[in-house]
Amino acid sequence: MSLRPSFTRDISALPTHGFSIRSLTWWGVIGYMVIEGAAFALTIAAYFFLMSHEQHWAPQPWEPPNPIAGTLFTAVMLLSEIPNTMAKKAAEAYDVPKVRMLLPWLVGIGLLLLVVRGFEFNSLNVLWYDNAYGSILWALLLLHTLHIGTDWVDTIVLWLLMRTPHGEEPRRLVDTSENSLYWRFVWLSWIPIYLLIYWVPRMFR
Amino acid sequence: MTLRGAAWALLAILPGGCAGAQNALGGEGAEGSNFVQLFTVFMIVCAVMYVLITAGLLIALWRRRQPLTVEDRRHHETSSAIRPALIGWTALVVAGLTALTVASFFTDRSNAANSASPKLSLTVTANQWWWDVEYQSADASRTVHTANEIHLPVGVPAQVTLKSNDVIHSLWIPNLAGKQDLIPGRVTDIQFVPRKTGNYRGQCAEFCGIQHTLMALDVTVESKADFQRWYEAQLKPAPPPATPQQLAGYRYFATRECSSCHNIGGTPASGQIAPDLTHFASRRSIAAGTLPMTRANLARWVADPQAVKKGNNMPTIGMTDAEVDSVVSYLETLK
Amino acid sequence: MTTAADKAKAPPIDVPRDGPDLTGPKLEKMLDKTWASPPGFIGWLSSVDHKDIGRRYIVTALVFLALAGLLAAAMRLQLSRPGNNFISPARYNEIFTMHGTTMMFLFAVPVMQGVQIFLTPLMIGTRATAFPRLNAFSYWTYLAGGCLLWVAFLLNIGPDIGWFSYPPLSGPQYGIGKRADIWAQMVTFTEIAALAAAVSLVATILKQRAPGMTLARMPLFVWATLVTSLMVIFSMPSVALASSMLLSDRLVGTQFYNPAENGDALLWQHLFWFFGHPEVYIIFLPATGFISEIVATFSRRSIVHYPIVVLSLVGTGILAFGLWVHHMFATGLPRVGYSFFTAASIAVSVPTGLQIFCWIATLWEGRPRMQVPLLYVVGFIFTFVIGGLSGVMIAAVPLDLQLHDTYFIVAHFHYVLIGGAVFPLLGAITYWYPKFTGRMMSEGLGKVSFWMIFLGFQLAFFPMHIAGLYGMPRRVYTYPAGMGLELPNLLSSIGSAVVALSVLLFVINMVKSALAGDRADSNPWDAPSLEWAAASPPPRYNFAHIPVVDSRTPLWDAGETISVVHGLRVDDRELLLTSVMSAEPDVREPSAEPSPWPLIAALALTVMFVGSIFSPWAVLFGAIPVSIALIAWFWPKSPTPHPEPTIA
Repeated sequence: MSLRPSFTRDISALPTHGFSIRSLTWWGVIGYMVIEGAAFALTIAAYFFLMSHEQHWAPQPWEPPNPIAGTLFTAVMLLSEIPNTMAKKAAEAYDVPKVRMLLPWLVGIGLLLLVVRGFEFNSLNVLWYDNAYGSILWALLLLHTLHIGTDWVDTIVLWLLMRTPHGEEPRRLVDTSENSLYWRFVWLSWIPIYLLIYWVPRMFR
Repeated sequence: MTLRGAAWALLAILPGGCAGAQNALGGEGAEGSNFVQLFTVFMIVCAVMYVLITAGLLIALWRRRQPLTVEDRRHHETSSAIRPALIGWTALVVAGLTALTVASFFTDRSNAANSASPKLSLTVTANQWWWDVEYQSADASRTVHTANEIHLPVGVPAQVTLKSNDVIHSLWIPNLAGKQDLIPGRVTDIQFVPRKTGNYRGQCAEFCGIQHTLMALDVTVESKADFQRWYEAQLKPAPPPATPQQLAGYRYFATRECSSCHNIGGTPASGQIAPDLTHFASRRSIAAGTLPMTRANLARWVADPQAVKKGNNMPTIGMTDAEVDSVVSYLETLK
Repeated sequence: MTTAADKAKAPPIDVPRDGPDLTGPKLEKMLDKTWASPPGFIGWLSSVDHKDIGRRYIVTALVFLALAGLLAAAMRLQLSRPGNNFISPARYNEIFTMHGTTMMFLFAVPVMQGVQIFLTPLMIGTRATAFPRLNAFSYWTYLAGGCLLWVAFLLNIGPDIGWFSYPPLSGPQYGIGKRADIWAQMVTFTEIAALAAAVSLVATILKQRAPGMTLARMPLFVWATLVTSLMVIFSMPSVALASSMLLSDRLVGTQFYNPAENGDALLWQHLFWFFGHPEVYIIFLPATGFISEIVATFSRRSIVHYPIVVLSLVGTGILAFGLWVHHMFATGLPRVGYSFFTAASIAVSVPTGLQIFCWIATLWEGRPRMQVPLLYVVGFIFTFVIGGLSGVMIAAVPLDLQLHDTYFIVAHFHYVLIGGAVFPLLGAITYWYPKFTGRMMSEGLGKVSFWMIFLGFQLAFFPMHIAGLYGMPRRVYTYPAGMGLELPNLLSSIGSAVVALSVLLFVINMVKSALAGDRADSNPWDAPSLEWAAASPPPRYNFAHIPVVDSRTPLWDAGETISVVHGLRVDDRELLLTSVMSAEPDVREPSAEPSPWPLIAALALTVMFVGSIFSPWAVLFGAIPVSIALIAWFWPKSPTPHPEPTIA
């Protein structure tokens, strides 16, 4: 710099990590949640747009989706928030052993959800190429499955990472907290999609 | 200066000022005429805004211009005149835009009122790259089926239902009105209230594939009597071939590929997927406005449609000169 | 008893830090070493320096501009006379598709993001962007998308369905072959790239501003960057969704756009234009940021009514999302709905009108210096305002129904895009050239370029308004004689030749100046904002010490000295995070080192997306190398020799 510096404050004592709005990656995660939320919102708008072309929804002769697998999925998803919140709180309290204990449970729950999700695809009672109704139902379910899938892989990587010495760095606990935040987005976004796939097609027959 | 006068002034200053047959400044239909008036209003208001802005800019640059090397105090205070100027400017812009929006809404209402009670009903179905036209009638035996042309009686509001058999097209007859899209799976409509007789031209205005460029149609606005005469002639079946050459052409048409796509009323040729040719020779152009209707052009088209309009759906089937001559002779009888 | 939380907040470790004891050339040498890119070609590929990435974006975008410009020249040659058959119908349709697609997806947005990536950290006083590797990934992904499109075009399988690819024409039944798939997948690449850059920019602006740089003291270009990045985040998912639905209709038989199975061709139009309208403001608003910076510097005073300009940027950004149906006025939707979109489309010109007032008022109150960047501002106002006013015209439904899909629209959008984005961009390149390269562009050659492009542009595009009124629709490879179209088309073709020459002249100026232009010091224009405190070009670490600001024009208010904070590590890459609203120093953040993983991830993504044009299984199998690349990218490096405290 061509101007001479005039030193004011010494910032060397500032921490090298922070949670929530103090964390740079938190803003990145929020950014991607907004992007994906916008994509969901638009898919839902497309759903209603296509619905306006049909007299009946689910259109005849297709039966609405069987809600058993979907409801089971929803129940497990909502319950998963318990260990999820526990992991988030443990991370923010710098409790590394507790985080290390909880992460495998989250991985296991994720696996269970993916299996149930497989059954859900089978219980839609319509195929993606049958008509626009089938296409939008499959699109909603597939988009959400992509989120479950990527967060599951993220959680596995985090679990493995926490088992290494890296797990003792404060920044990895920030990662854990943000992973839990993203999981919340995954199940929150599921609720309207669940209703649109399983219940709205029963309301307009 | 009246609005009409302003509109004429506008036309006059544009090069080639007088409107042609496919010209939005023609104003020969009710909606088209409303367009010219509204466009003139917008042009005046926009021109005034433009002059104000550019004058402000030039004055700002001129009044305190300085040689490049002069240093000056870098300052942040703003003179007290700026704030009221900002408020005045905003008020002016908002007032101007509001006036334009209101003018637009009134024009919309006028257009709706003009076409409120249609007396004539047509359906235009767009295909890649031609227009199917059908005139509705309460009596089913009095529907007229033609292609690539529309006749309209002057002064009579006409309602046109718009459909598409394949991709999105758009019907645009600028001398009469704005455009409307023809969308597969949807039914749209457009109204025309032609005010001046004449020959006009319309063209597809939504990119629809390789020959979007050559998808036009001929529009004839004529007196009510002339329209009635045309309509009655369209209702008649095709005349039988008279000369031996015409007969040879007729036979070729009815037994070869032609009849699998085209329909000629009163003959065995009853294909439904290409333009109806029953009164083909009475049209002004060939292949949706691509070539003027002359014997030479007919021969060109029939012999090798792919050379004239590459990629269109009429195949070049390899005819001898004699075959072309006889088919063309027959087609010329279809008035 | 010390808790784990206490352990995480141990006192600073003993490493070299910048400060009164470590400053000047000694500090700069150590920072050079810490922030260096590895040598050689691999190092060049692994760079995460925002200045490298910004420059790459700009150069690549200018190459695409030139390619799309050549296509335009071909079109203008074809249209110079009626009945020309210089280009076949099929080839012409490919050319106009490639021209529009390249300009919109591969030039306009990337060049703006490139300048934003280069300038933002410098303007806010930080050493790097947030997520440097994500930025690098975004560039490689963009490049891959551009190459996909152009290689396909050169292999004669390029798209031919228009830059907005309406189904059913682009659908499985009428869109034969892979052309439309190539187009749709290119959109996926460029949209992922733009979103990644946008997220990085938002985080950078919110968290990495210099201490004291509250939001109300940010340069207007940074505000424009913030607003456009947020617009990218909200609008790009729409085109991604639309193009994915198109791909799945074509590849696996979904029925989103097929009316025969109760899909709807208009679903595409809604989704596309919900993106498409904000898209043009994503291109325009950064240009208004350029104008604000240039006007302030060349008026020698700060922008008049800064808060109004900020509110205008934000207002335009929000309003832009409520206009999209004005692209669909001819589709037969209910007229009462159209009224709303007419009103909104007309209203959106009010905030821009306010910005224009503020710029003119700043020139009025200042002491304008007519140098090349300011010339481009003048050209912008003379040109863009015509486009804005023609936009007000077509916002009115009765006018739009005549003018839609004609050459009037072509004139309108070139006036707003070239006048409103390219002219400011050329001014911005001239203005920031010393910062990018350390040299000044030639003022004389610059003036000639400006007048040529300004006058050539008017000659090329003004007659198109007339052509549209005289009945010439868009996307036609020829027109009939005798409709009055010969003269406007000939003038346009001549004008386009002048524009082409003037762009060539500008590029020659750029190249000549890079090799032999006058060397520039850090602030050759005597400008007020922080990027002009760094050297020209800046060192990799941007600033030796993080500056502190207390006004909107820090360099004009600094005397002989500039206030700085001190204490950042010099042996490791570190920058300062500050709080979002008041910009108080908050956290010391490690900044990513050069890495080949962003490029590898982009390559894996390319294989996955190109494969999925041919088979849906590519998505499943392609996800595996992509996941491996991402995991390797995010896997933390072993702690540096002097690690910060850990939890025991």
